[in-house]
Amino acid sequence: MEWDLPLIWAGLIGTAVAMYVILDGFDLGIAILFPFHPDEHERDRIVDTIAPFWDGNETWLVLGGVGLLVAFPLAYAVIMPAFYIPVIVMLLALVFRGVSFEFRTIAVTSKPMWNVAFWLGSLVAGFSQGMILGGLIQGVDVADNKFAGGPFDFATPFAAVCGVGVVLGYGLLGATWLIMKTDGAIAERSRDQAQVLLLAVLGFMGIVSLWTPLQFERISERWFSTPNIFYLWPVPIVTALVALACWWGLTRERDNLPFFSAIGLFLLGYLGLVISVFPYLVPPSLTIWQTAAARESQMFILIGTLPLLPIILGYTVFVYWVFRGKVREGEGYH
Amino acid sequence: MEADPVLLARFQFAFTIAFHIIFPSFTIGLSAYIATLEIMWGWTGREHYGRLSGFWTKIFAVSFGMGVVSGIVLSYQFGTNWSGFSAAFGNIIGPLAGYEVLTAFFLEATFLGILLFGRNRVPRGLHIFSAIAVAVGTAISAFWIISANSWMHTPVAYEMRNGVAHPLDWWAIVFNPSFLYRLTHMLNAAYLTAGFVVLAVGARYLLAGRHLDEARTMVRMSIGLLFVLAPLQLFLGDQHGLNTLKHQPIKIAAMEAHWDGSKPGDFHIFAWPDPANERNRFEISIPRGASLILTHDPNGLFPGLTSVPKQDRPPIHNVFFAFRIMLGIGFFMIAAALFGGLLLWRGRLFDTRWYLRIVAQTWWTGFVAVIAGWVVTESGRQPWMVQGLMRTADAVSPVPAATVATTLAMFVVVYGIVFTMGMYYINRLIAKGPQEQLVRPPKKFSAGPLAAAKGDA
Repeated sequence: MEWDLPLIWAGLIGTAVAMYVILDGFDLGIAILFPFHPDEHERDRIVDTIAPFWDGNETWLVLGGVGLLVAFPLAYAVIMPAFYIPVIVMLLALVFRGVSFEFRTIAVTSKPMWNVAFWLGSLVAGFSQGMILGGLIQGVDVADNKFAGGPFDFATPFAAVCGVGVVLGYGLLGATWLIMKTDGAIAERSRDQAQVLLLAVLGFMGIVSLWTPLQFERISERWFSTPNIFYLWPVPIVTALVALACWWGLTRERDNLPFFSAIGLFLLGYLGLVISVFPYLVPPSLTIWQTAAARESQMFILIGTLPLLPIILGYTVFVYWVFRGKVREGEGYH
Repeated sequence: MEADPVLLARFQFAFTIAFHIIFPSFTIGLSAYIATLEIMWGWTGREHYGRLSGFWTKIFAVSFGMGVVSGIVLSYQFGTNWSGFSAAFGNIIGPLAGYEVLTAFFLEATFLGILLFGRNRVPRGLHIFSAIAVAVGTAISAFWIISANSWMHTPVAYEMRNGVAHPLDWWAIVFNPSFLYRLTHMLNAAYLTAGFVVLAVGARYLLAGRHLDEARTMVRMSIGLLFVLAPLQLFLGDQHGLNTLKHQPIKIAAMEAHWDGSKPGDFHIFAWPDPANERNRFEISIPRGASLILTHDPNGLFPGLTSVPKQDRPPIHNVFFAFRIMLGIGFFMIAAALFGGLLLWRGRLFDTRWYLRIVAQTWWTGFVAVIAGWVVTESGRQPWMVQGLMRTADAVSPVPAATVATTLAMFVVVYGIVFTMGMYYINRLIAKGPQEQLVRPPKKFSAGPLAAAKGDA
């Protein structure tokens, strides 16, 4: 069994998913918080903070999906039918969210409708993503390398908890993004929201961290058996420190620290999940090696990915740099 | 009747992909037009190019948004609807789709941000570059997607091991035998589609006596383009057809409703194919026309539908009628483009009102022709998912029919709302017309690249 290429690809897809969750996370997050910013001019400004970026941000979702097909076609062919309903609901929600950006700038009388579509689309997309995540952690019924379960297998209380957790997490990213990218009333309000959201997110991280080892023996074994526990104990400690930094940044009215520490929290939570499920791509039966594409296929696309990924990251950073700084009143792009 | 999950999965995929293709076929062409306008504006400094670019960029943004969101759906539907296909052919289709994301999707999505919102934030040159990057990105995207699709029609350079395809030669896979024919035909179709939309909008403004500078430029530029590309499409389509005859003769037999391969084929202007009795009703035909087109010999023979068993034949009505719709529109486009070129040459283009009235109404021709063309090629491949290797029925995901039916209904409702509103908003933008572009004085840019942006930030 060749071990190297599937491992590299697992790392790359993991990176793409992490990029998506962080970048589109704050896009979805600001939309989830829309009802708490009732003023229409403020809403325009809030949307303007992400208008130049959202399309590129969402592309990481395509890379995650297509990447799975590229590198682990068998996992793709099991996960997609297994999560048929939440995947399609997420996609339709993202349709509403995506078109709302342009539609709400052109609409006059129907603008309130697109505000709702923007908010609800983002909320449902985030919740679906959390459900898929939760469903994946709890495991998928596989027989003969095919999905062998029913259409509602994913829908468990645990998956719903993960769905709510992801929505709150996106809300935290969105609120801290607005602290960084706006000033005045929006930033003030976001600071208050972020404090509530931070506590809620930590609560949900705690619930998931306790629930998973209690329900799934493979996960408790991973974390609490020796020698693993000696290597893994810093993960929760670092998480706590990052959470403290976020709180400190919020209460001391720092502009950037809350956002970047919220990203840190996401990455640590993500790391925790990776530790819990590795090396399974479709727990509890299919590993990254069992589902890997042909070596020549993984190699062919890796050769292109190695130069292309830095270029993509380069011009992504460039666009963020072009539109850097705070979006102030009356400075909208439209 | 028991609901057939394969048929439902096909309906759902056909619906989502037909909806999606509307937008790329427009935005591939339109992004090239916007890039051209940006270059012309930078080159000549004439303000109406800038107004036109700003105007079409707004319409582009709405269309591109709808194209992106419906495209993301497709990248997941390969798994939700066709997991058998993904598992068996992911080794080959996956990397091609992956290269599309890496080389095109990110490029266009990222530079779109600068194109839409960066006019006052970046130097003019970078703004022009962004317009070009978006246009090139959309074309590269077509390159990879058409390559993957073409491989499903003409699979080569693979080896099946335990029911899973393994690649043997990537160059041969990417440039598979039908790829370049399909790519040129599709790209040209995209430029034609956008050309007829721009022509229609320009003609409307001319008829209404509004935005005359912009209208004349739009009509002149689009006629100039269409005059070359519309006849070219006939040639490219013919070449593509000959290539299909070589690799997928049964698709050609369905396009021509040609049953008996032992006789030369007629070209049916109209017919009602009767698959049960393996013949046509109500034929109006040009004797030996199909043989002449396909073999360049009135007595030439080409395979008929009866040369394969019934279960290996495509759904003939889809293929036969869609082909005639595409062909009819194609000939209309050629006539409209050549006549428009004649009027332009005679200096009568802007005041031949009956001509303008016609082309002002035919903005939809490209879209319908593109969808019809895809119906021909995709229905014509049936019952195969991958020609000769995997039947569509074996590619389908293990998902219950009721689930597929429910999500199909959701797609119809959501896409219906989005499409209706999108059309409504695009019409509103067209009714409003090109506006002055609020560009800050150029001296602010000359203080050094991005100095202006820094000032705002």
